[in-house]
Amino acid sequence: MTEPATRTPRLYAKPRLDAPTANEGTALVDDAKIQVRGLNFFYDEHQALTDNTLDIARGKVTAFIGPSGCGKSTHIRAYNRMYELYQGQRAEGEILLDGVNIVGPGVSALDLRHRIGMIFQKPTPFPMSVFDNVAYGLRLRSNLPRTELADRVEEALKGGALWEQVKDSLHQQGTALSGGQQQRLCIARAIAVEPEVILMDEPCSALDPIATGKIEELIEGFKGRFTIVIVTHNMQQAARVSDYTAFFYMGKLVEFGDTESIFTMPKEGQTEAYITGRFG
Amino acid sequence: MAEQRSLRAWGDPLFRGLTRTFAVGILLLLGTMFFMLWQESAASIDKFGWHFLTSASWNPVLEDYGALVAITGTLVSTAIALVVAVPISLGIALFLAEIAPKALRTPLGVAIELLAAIPSIVYGMWGLFVLAPLMSDYVQPLLSSTLGFLPFFSGPEMGIGMLTAGLVLALMIVPFIASVTRDVFLMVPTTLKESAYGLGCTTWEVVKDIMIPYGRKGIFGAVFLGLGRALGETMAITFVIGNAHRLSWSLFAPGNSIASTLANEFTEADSELYTSALIELGLLLFVITFVIIGLAQWWMRRMAAPGGH
Repeated sequence: MTEPATRTPRLYAKPRLDAPTANEGTALVDDAKIQVRGLNFFYDEHQALTDNTLDIARGKVTAFIGPSGCGKSTHIRAYNRMYELYQGQRAEGEILLDGVNIVGPGVSALDLRHRIGMIFQKPTPFPMSVFDNVAYGLRLRSNLPRTELADRVEEALKGGALWEQVKDSLHQQGTALSGGQQQRLCIARAIAVEPEVILMDEPCSALDPIATGKIEELIEGFKGRFTIVIVTHNMQQAARVSDYTAFFYMGKLVEFGDTESIFTMPKEGQTEAYITGRFG
Repeated sequence: MAEQRSLRAWGDPLFRGLTRTFAVGILLLLGTMFFMLWQESAASIDKFGWHFLTSASWNPVLEDYGALVAITGTLVSTAIALVVAVPISLGIALFLAEIAPKALRTPLGVAIELLAAIPSIVYGMWGLFVLAPLMSDYVQPLLSSTLGFLPFFSGPEMGIGMLTAGLVLALMIVPFIASVTRDVFLMVPTTLKESAYGLGCTTWEVVKDIMIPYGRKGIFGAVFLGLGRALGETMAITFVIGNAHRLSWSLFAPGNSIASTLANEFTEADSELYTSALIELGLLLFVITFVIIGLAQWWMRRMAAPGGH
């Protein structure tokens, strides 16, 4: 996917031309949006991730699976440096976004998070109207004229498959929507700022099957437009929506590959045991 | 055996009856208090009528009493206290909940709560012996030289007076507002804050757009708690308000509040009308508090209703 011409470079560090390669060829993809190299993560003294190395393919959906506590969420929270909000959490290693290392100084976390959206387990509508929820991210960064702002909000809500339900009640509180609608509102809010990457941390685990289906449809439609990383406990969901799958266990990346091979012929015994439901 | 069973069968209704009695007792107590105040102030009500509310005269020699000075003093000192205390409390609460390093949070939180445990008479003494001289030496000269063109900040710089009383009150209600507000901020879901940070918000934007709106009901609750305390505060105010039955635009001038008038004069009231007028002041404080807290409740309910802001 090519970047829109209007996008100004927001990262201050220069791209690295000598992006280090992974030791194991299995964790690499041809066109990587994010390259994770030797990522270690610590909660104070406790090491939660050990030497994670993998690529996130541009414009594709990558699913992270593994038992609770295996480090999937920790891993994606390093991509937007969300861990920096908490004392005692730190990441070591490299995470290259389009070749620029975003871990460490030189890259502003505010700019980074503007480029990398995040969806959470529980819907998190802001305490404001539906319209303001979606407009919020836009207003943070730019001073759009009213009509253009309204257009962008409409576009985002359509992108979140929510426009039809809320177009006559844009000024009701976001919290007044149903759970599934709230989650689609959060997706609309995230895509309104046109992020390059969207991180989804178990986005459907609080939703019923119908609402889950709608979210999965959205993810399907986002392919090619956004690079998506989805953490999920639901094997079928990973198999349905993702192009690549990474299996984590106890902080280590056990296996990475295209989703079909992971689910049909996993190389590692642990992966097979997990996806067939024998542990985890 | 049979006795036991009948006791068990009676247990629930008995317990229900007992708790209901306690609950209804509160209403009875409130009603009785109001009735007693009303009855005891009959002499004053008969003599002065509505004029009691609008008269600024308070003259035990001529037996002419009016509540305007005291009512004004109560409302003004409370208003000063809120204006000063609310922003400070919000700042403290935000620091404790969001910004302070973990190691600082508990000791600071405990320190704030300990402030609330200091008896009000100690605040009063501190106000008189420490704050009042500071006010007359530094704060009041500064205010009158900068904002002196306003009637509020002109006049004698004596230290004691309405402004000092308001500041002492503010100091007294800060712990209440701050600790309740901190708890409100701590209740904002982590993922909600993270969603905002995830969009590229600064801490200030998260506070202003997410945490304060999310917790606004609780924050108003905390402010009303402080308001209730400030309206009725007696000892601390009595020390520093100046105890003069005079109306003045200047916040430097001494005044009086309902509570401080009662504290100062009740033992001196030597006639039936004097006592009755003081009790009527108490009745007014009762009504003012009741009305303000009632309005606050109504406003909060309206805010919480769907579609409210």
